[in-house]
Amino acid sequence: MSAETVFERSHPGRGTPYVAQRGAPPASLDTIPRHALRARPPALPELTEGEVVRHYTNLSRKNWAVDVGFYPLGSCTMKYNPRLAEQIAAWPEFSAAHPLRPARAAQGLLRIMYETERMLAHLCGMERFTLQPAAGAQGELCGMLMIRSYHLQHGAHRNTVIVPDSAHGTNPATAALAGFKVVTCPSSAEGLVDLRALSKLANDDLAGIMLTNPNTLGLFERDIQQVCRIVHDAGGLAYYDGANFNALVGRFRPGDMGFDVVHLNLHKTFATPHGGGGPGSGPVGVTAQLEPYLPVPLIAKGPEEFELEENRPHTIGRLNAFAGSMLVVLRAYVYLRLLGTAGLRDVSGKAVLAANYLKQRLADTYAPSHPGRCMHEFVLSAEKQREESGVRALDIAKRLIDLGFHPPTMYFPLTVPEALMIEPTETEDLETLDAFADALLQIAREAKESPELLHDAPHNTPVGRLDEVAAAKNLNVRW
Amino acid sequence: MSFTPHTDDDVARMLNALGLSSVDDLFSEVRAALPPGEVPELAGVGEFELRHQLWDIARLNGRPDQTLCFRGAGAYEHYIPAAIPQLLSRGEFSTAYTPYQAEVSQGTLQVMYEFQTMVCELLGMEVANASMYDGASALAEAALMAMRITGKHRLLVSEGLHPHWLQVVRTYAANVEADIVPVPLRDGLTSPDAIASALDDDTAAVLIQNPNVLGLIEPLREIGALLATHPALYIAAAYPISLGLLASPGEAGADIAVAEGQPLGIPLSYGGPYLGLFATKMEHIRQMPGRISGLAYDHAGRRGYVMTLQAREQHIRRERATSNICSNQMLCALAATVYLSLMGPGGFSAVAERSFAVAHQLADDLSRLRGCSLAFERPFFNEFVLKLPVPAEDIERELWNDGIVSGLPLGRWWPERRNQMLFCATEIITDAAIHRLVAAMEEALS
Repeated sequence: MSAETVFERSHPGRGTPYVAQRGAPPASLDTIPRHALRARPPALPELTEGEVVRHYTNLSRKNWAVDVGFYPLGSCTMKYNPRLAEQIAAWPEFSAAHPLRPARAAQGLLRIMYETERMLAHLCGMERFTLQPAAGAQGELCGMLMIRSYHLQHGAHRNTVIVPDSAHGTNPATAALAGFKVVTCPSSAEGLVDLRALSKLANDDLAGIMLTNPNTLGLFERDIQQVCRIVHDAGGLAYYDGANFNALVGRFRPGDMGFDVVHLNLHKTFATPHGGGGPGSGPVGVTAQLEPYLPVPLIAKGPEEFELEENRPHTIGRLNAFAGSMLVVLRAYVYLRLLGTAGLRDVSGKAVLAANYLKQRLADTYAPSHPGRCMHEFVLSAEKQREESGVRALDIAKRLIDLGFHPPTMYFPLTVPEALMIEPTETEDLETLDAFADALLQIAREAKESPELLHDAPHNTPVGRLDEVAAAKNLNVRW
Repeated sequence: MSFTPHTDDDVARMLNALGLSSVDDLFSEVRAALPPGEVPELAGVGEFELRHQLWDIARLNGRPDQTLCFRGAGAYEHYIPAAIPQLLSRGEFSTAYTPYQAEVSQGTLQVMYEFQTMVCELLGMEVANASMYDGASALAEAALMAMRITGKHRLLVSEGLHPHWLQVVRTYAANVEADIVPVPLRDGLTSPDAIASALDDDTAAVLIQNPNVLGLIEPLREIGALLATHPALYIAAAYPISLGLLASPGEAGADIAVAEGQPLGIPLSYGGPYLGLFATKMEHIRQMPGRISGLAYDHAGRRGYVMTLQAREQHIRRERATSNICSNQMLCALAATVYLSLMGPGGFSAVAERSFAVAHQLADDLSRLRGCSLAFERPFFNEFVLKLPVPAEDIERELWNDGIVSGLPLGRWWPERRNQMLFCATEIITDAAIHRLVAAMEEALS
């Protein structure tokens, strides 16, 4: 399969006439002043429907995906996406509804949004949720803007946000976007928030802390109540990044840990498809004290019908043009209803079981970042392999592709050298977990015996390793 | 329902390997660390039972086969060729993640590259990213980018901008000390004179939407000419379908162009997921937020695609990134890419011209109704404001009783316009649909 673009397949004059001209060109076209007209039409490709379908079908075959095989990408929760949700999201009663319809014409949609909000609030121990954020990172922005508004409303100009050194990159980037100064809190030798360091950083400029729990090392922050207490005692608020909520869902609630704001990734824990990098959805839940600052519109249950609540004096405003990614929310609703709380407990149970089982099978060969039990994911270091045979985490990842697996997340968290972060999820069977462990053990042997096999990997993909440095230097970002 | 595959025997083997006796044992440390708290019980439902329940809930939104929609205001119902949802449903696209491993993500990465090319073509710009959340947040990011580039804080925002988009800009810019200055409309249009007099040395950017929220065609080139000699950046938001007919932001001299990509093959979906288009000049590419796919070669000289210029992004640059954005709306970007490939240049301008023609037919017919007239005698694309002799919300209610989503009552945004409605028509509105609307309007007005 070549990398020929759709533009190279174009032939002038080809096409499929979906939309016929409406008789003669309208005379009223003359009403548009000449200067407002387009001088040059966009150079779009010209192909038949059959050619377009073939082109993109062939492109799809160059992708790895959960539907294709195991995808143990750490912190991404690449689980199976149930198909009922896809089918229902395509119903025109939902998909063809205009976002500014009168509420009376959208009662089914609003009911689903309302019920989803209530279910998420129950699962997190929060008072109320907004479904508006389009992704986790936008949920983070929403949460941090609310924390900002809360402090301003209480007459405090607090400018510091604490982010652990193991945090996702979005956390510090979000805090900065919300106008805060970011202070990094080091991890302890155990890989947890260092309470002594935290206490030193918690001063009267502290606006809040952003934390993932379990953290990106796959470890549960067992001192979490104390972490929240230190932050609260200093006058700050605690933000829960829900990227790793799959480890706890149905069993434990961020609200019980002491968090004030929570974002969830519907595309992770709640099984909506990742789409190759979106669309996601990042609902944000808050305790009662932060409820006034939620973005508009909110879904409200009126005396007779559901409605969109716009008039909220303390709101942070609006993050997107409309109320949220309804069709993603709808898919998560289907998942939540199908599983119920018992099903969700099974999810977190099997996710944590699978991760621990894999870790156990690999821990003698690759050094785990931390010994003992993990939650839904764990981090291995290939530092030993690098020292012994000059084979890096990158080489191991690429060799996994040859053996029929998507690689784990590489070089993250930044606190672990040659990191490989593995999250198997609950939807992979035991044979797959064993085959993956066998592959990694084989690669460890190959690293010693024939390291060049790893350096040259992958061998059977449409392209080999691409020269990213040259790509950034000789920038070509459009045909 | 359950989607976990482990048999009791599997679970026993895994627990045995760990020296544990139950799955709950894996959580003993968590349990010990937290106060006792019960997660409220919610019963699971079987597949077909849930589908039955959802039929009932779906019906509360009316019957789609009998519903007509004459509403736009930022979301537009255009024809979606059947090949688009079919291709989007391929699991190789929909169940992939961000293309971190380029060798097994060439499908996604090439689509990104093709998408960027088409966005550049539509908007008349040099470079585009692989998409943002939606048009409104793309505009907000454009404003922040202009502030970074110029080091200035003042944003001149036309009041022709969709009020929700303005709210999004305000929300994003709330904590970066932006000074947002609204530029009032004159007889429905942004006045270049008003822009000229508001421009000063502190101005980072001028924000214009074309067509504007009232549906009118703005003097895009005139404003561009004005800004050509001023250091402030020109940010233009477009309605992509209109670009089959109207001047592109690039042709008008824009420095940054954004658009809501939903009309390009993405269903209305009650507001999302949508697609933010974002493009700029090559000289600003390093200040641009969002993912970018670039052409690359492997050791054997084979052509491929990679995510490039990642040093701008949050996972490398952390608190110094150009934005906190992590994902793009990839599957929606795929929809738009397939849409534009299917339409081609001829089909694309046909959609624009037919939408234009149908909307003008509709405007003629509605303005002949007793007591009704167009609020502005100015060129428009496919949306126009109709003045009514009664409150617009009364008409909205009456029309929904007939399964018609009317034009948007404008009193919700501007109390002084409570007798006005913003109507929209696209190529899918037939003569029969117009007749049905006109008859229902006649009845509602009588």
